Amino acid sequence: MKLSVCNLNSHYGPAHILFDIGLEVGEGEVVALLGRNGAGKSTTFRSIVGLVELREGQIMFEGRDISKAPTHEIVRSGLGYVPEERRIFTELSVEENLEVGRQPQRPNAPHWTREKLYQLFPNLGEMKNRPGGRMSGGEQQMLTIARTLMGNPSLVLLDEPSEGLSPKIVEQMVDAILTMKKAGVSMVVSEQNLHFARLISDRAYIIERGRICFSGTMAELDARPDIRDAHLSI
Amino acid sequence: MAFYIVQFLTGLASAASLFLVASGLSIIFGVTRIVNFAHGAFYMLGAYVAFTLTEHWSGALGFWGGIVAAALVVAAVGVIVEILLLRRIYHAPELFQLLATFGLTLMVEDLVVLIWGPDDLLGRRAPGFKGAVDFFGQNIPSYDLFLIVLGPVVLGALWLLFQRTRWGILVRAATQDRDMVAALGVNQKWLFTSVFAVGVFLAALGGALQIPRDAVHHAMDLRIIVEVFVVVVIGGLGSILGAFVAAVLVSELNAFGILIFPTISLILVFLVMAVVLVVRPWGLFGKKEAPVRRTPGLTVIPWRALTSLERLAALVALALAAMLPFVGGNYALTVGAEIAIFVIFAASLHFLMAVGGLASFGHAAYFGLGAYGVAFLAKLAGLPMIACLLLGPLLGTLGALVFGAFAVQLSGVYFAMLTLAFAQIVWSIAFQWVAVTGGDNGILGVWPEKWAASPSHFYWLSLGVAALVVSALRLITFSPFGYALRAMRDSPLRSEAIGINGKLIQWTAFVVAGSTAGIGGALFAYLKGSVFPDNMGISLSVDALVMVLLGGVETVAGPIFGAIVYKALNIWLVSQTDLSKLVLGIFIVLVVVVFPKGIVGMFESITYRRRAAPPKSPVLAAKMEGAQ
Amino acid sequence: MSLGVALLSVEGLTKSYGGIHAVRGVSFMLQAGEILALIGPNGAGKSTCFDMLNGQNVPDSGRISVMGENTTGRKPREVWRLGVGRTFQITATYPTMTVRENIQVALVSYHRRLFDVWSPMASIERGEADRLLDLVGMAGYAERPCGELAYGDLKRLELAIALANHPKLLLMDEPTAGMAPRERVELMRLTAKIAREQSIGVLFTEHDMDVVFEHADRILVLNRGTLIAQGSPAEVRGNREVQAIYLGEGLLYDSRHREGASA
Repeated sequence: MKLSVCNLNSHYGPAHILFDIGLEVGEGEVVALLGRNGAGKSTTFRSIVGLVELREGQIMFEGRDISKAPTHEIVRSGLGYVPEERRIFTELSVEENLEVGRQPQRPNAPHWTREKLYQLFPNLGEMKNRPGGRMSGGEQQMLTIARTLMGNPSLVLLDEPSEGLSPKIVEQMVDAILTMKKAGVSMVVSEQNLHFARLISDRAYIIERGRICFSGTMAELDARPDIRDAHLSI
Repeated sequence: MAFYIVQFLTGLASAASLFLVASGLSIIFGVTRIVNFAHGAFYMLGAYVAFTLTEHWSGALGFWGGIVAAALVVAAVGVIVEILLLRRIYHAPELFQLLATFGLTLMVEDLVVLIWGPDDLLGRRAPGFKGAVDFFGQNIPSYDLFLIVLGPVVLGALWLLFQRTRWGILVRAATQDRDMVAALGVNQKWLFTSVFAVGVFLAALGGALQIPRDAVHHAMDLRIIVEVFVVVVIGGLGSILGAFVAAVLVSELNAFGILIFPTISLILVFLVMAVVLVVRPWGLFGKKEAPVRRTPGLTVIPWRALTSLERLAALVALALAAMLPFVGGNYALTVGAEIAIFVIFAASLHFLMAVGGLASFGHAAYFGLGAYGVAFLAKLAGLPMIACLLLGPLLGTLGALVFGAFAVQLSGVYFAMLTLAFAQIVWSIAFQWVAVTGGDNGILGVWPEKWAASPSHFYWLSLGVAALVVSALRLITFSPFGYALRAMRDSPLRSEAIGINGKLIQWTAFVVAGSTAGIGGALFAYLKGSVFPDNMGISLSVDALVMVLLGGVETVAGPIFGAIVYKALNIWLVSQTDLSKLVLGIFIVLVVVVFPKGIVGMFESITYRRRAAPPKSPVLAAKMEGAQ
Repeated sequence: MSLGVALLSVEGLTKSYGGIHAVRGVSFMLQAGEILALIGPNGAGKSTCFDMLNGQNVPDSGRISVMGENTTGRKPREVWRLGVGRTFQITATYPTMTVRENIQVALVSYHRRLFDVWSPMASIERGEADRLLDLVGMAGYAERPCGELAYGDLKRLELAIALANHPKLLLMDEPTAGMAPRERVELMRLTAKIAREQSIGVLFTEHDMDVVFEHADRILVLNRGTLIAQGSPAEVRGNREVQAIYLGEGLLYDSRHREGASA
């Protein structure tokens, strides 16, 4: 297993947000984490990378227990995180944004250079010195992913990569994710858009009110319209 | 002509230290979002440590080595402070951070007196720069020329550091989004520590470089910090270039202002600042602050009016307080009256700060204006006491009308710094305009008339006025006006979109708060029988802030309890120790770190949680997730 | 219809930042009771357009009029007084007040009682606030602290606040952003129902094409600051240029159609 999460519980202050979350991601696999807004997708990701202060449970990444490790150590061990809302550094140029994400090469993960990333996202290569704040939403979303890839991760958590983007840009995003997969990057992608998830992922989990309530292949999910309708409310 | 050029060069030389300190403050603010009030204290420490080192180490190497070593030593102290204190409060509201670092300043002030004594210290002259250069018959110290060159050199070095190094890029990234930097594998703890160390190094270096020019003394910190606040407000907080330009501007205004208004030269600087703020509210090179990300998990308990039972309890408490003259002696009554006056003062600040979300760091200005108002009317116009009490606070109202109009254009730390600067203007007028205010000697002999002269009568008067003021403020808090004010605090965007003229509402609130503070000041003048510039000093402003925070800024009843507990403690403390600043500083830091919700806040959240805990969790959970 | 004066009329709206045209020569009209969607890629200028209509941003040139009155460059609060309600992409409410108090503030402002310092708020406009809550289906929420509401409820509360001044025009910036698909549809159905009943004109931006195609009477398509197309949903959908720039191949919207095909 690339990543396995067992009995994860998280809290914000007095509020208990996640209840006994269990997730597994195999080598090279793309897994979708589906659920509506407020179901706990982002908190799950934030808990895995250690951005939530109160978390309990076991999180194993490449055989190492990372449940107590601080965020920067988790990320340095090869677990990349792309947050929702893009959060690029608007004052920094594209090149400088990539520099912030740069980490040494890793033996068990694909090695990304600026040149390779400019191939993956041709738009970025055309605006190397442009400040992040002067880019469109779609370009910013590509930059956040490229920035995380600069850390040469072997697994990436992608939080709602399609949110707020025009359908056309989302289609480009699908291509990029499939290219990353081909290069050997494992991924967990949180989504509300089932169509998008179907295009990229092998398996899916559904999360509802902080609990995992379904896990299976996309085909299994399609065979259960009851579950899909109850929890994804399409 | 030559004279003016020399005056100009002197201004440039003074700008160097100011720039060093201001750029340090800006760099630290950029990344940590903390306005480090203690920056003046680090500047002062730099000067003291450099004094000691250069006294012990001889020769040119000893001097210059001593200057740099002093800055390094103080930077190391800064690292310890960052690790022990600041790391605990990075996620606290900005006001708490400002206050905690002020507490630090108080501690340092007492500590330097303990170590180096209370007297001014004169440092060594700089080897190689002892002489003066002749310029058309005018002398320019060669050390000044050295400083003139140093400023731009440091500016260039900082620019290279931030543009050309990986550290610099990481710092700029963290300036915008610290959590994201961590999520890209950067150890943000050490990044913060290193940034703080660099900022403190610059401040200490600024102080150390002053020793050949100025005497080292234990009040250097407040003087420089007020100037630095002015510099960063003009230049734009977070901008190093802005710090440089504004430091030059302010120093030149000081250099030439002395020629124009010899006694009140500060006024010129403040006028310029006011103009800049009106034209560019975020300073010459500053940017509008992005809205703060709300920290999830901080629930605010909705305010509500008192139930009839609670109202009854308040009346009983007031009646009990009115019994004091039957059990207490004169000393107790004087202390009681003073506490009642400070309840008024704290309640007025609370109204502005908690209801209006505008944390003033210079609220004492209006308290002091009220006091001076009474003194003028009683001593100069000879009006009867009741007229003085009614009209005196109007001076506070007037001050609030004028300064409030500017101050409400800003918010957050800018508001805090601007109100502090305004309070300093008022203070310096009271201090320097001796002909009218008596300067440092104050105005004496403001005694109450016979009907209010006895301690018990004056106590009842103070208690009665306090009860009236507190009730009135409470009434306003729960009126449409109070809601409009809270609306501006919670969401200016939404408020403007439902037709609320937010600045007008806030200005009105500022005037209400200033007037009620003036009422407190008016009573205070009669209680003490005199008024002094210290009645509007920074420490009094900070006293008010501590009272409000101690009571609990998110509560309505907080300031009353905060004022009672704090004032009683303060009076007792001053009678017990000579190191009252040190103890007070420690107390402030403890309140911020251990007690962030205050007394009433703690009590309320315990009872609220007991009442509402079980059904709340799932809803809250969804909301927390949404807030991410 | 109504004397030929459009509810909202925009002519040649233009705004640039640092030499880049964010919005260039945008003109359109909106009639009472009409629901108009403004769509386009990110960065096309939708938000800038919206902020100018609302008064948060001043156009470089062009003219905006609401019911015949020129509102170009007016402040948001002045635009609001003319009967323009606004909801925000990221909800802007008062988290420390209860749900009812949130609406009461808007009502007090509408009745120009903001400087009343003596009357207790608890007794003012209570019934009207509850009526508005009922209208958006939040009757039971009045006493709840607004800070504890779920996201979908906050969006509905915003709608209720926006209705407090009996608006003739509603400006809704991404009203369903961040909501689950079913909530999106419910919120827009509610909005459309209220708009039809009270003959309110609605202008909204949106990325969810299911919402746009179901509810908009007419669609404006913005790209790089200029209007490239406008028309009925069917027209816009069939427009080649819009497909190329914005809609893509349609893999990601129109779920009912796709589901229907696979069933």
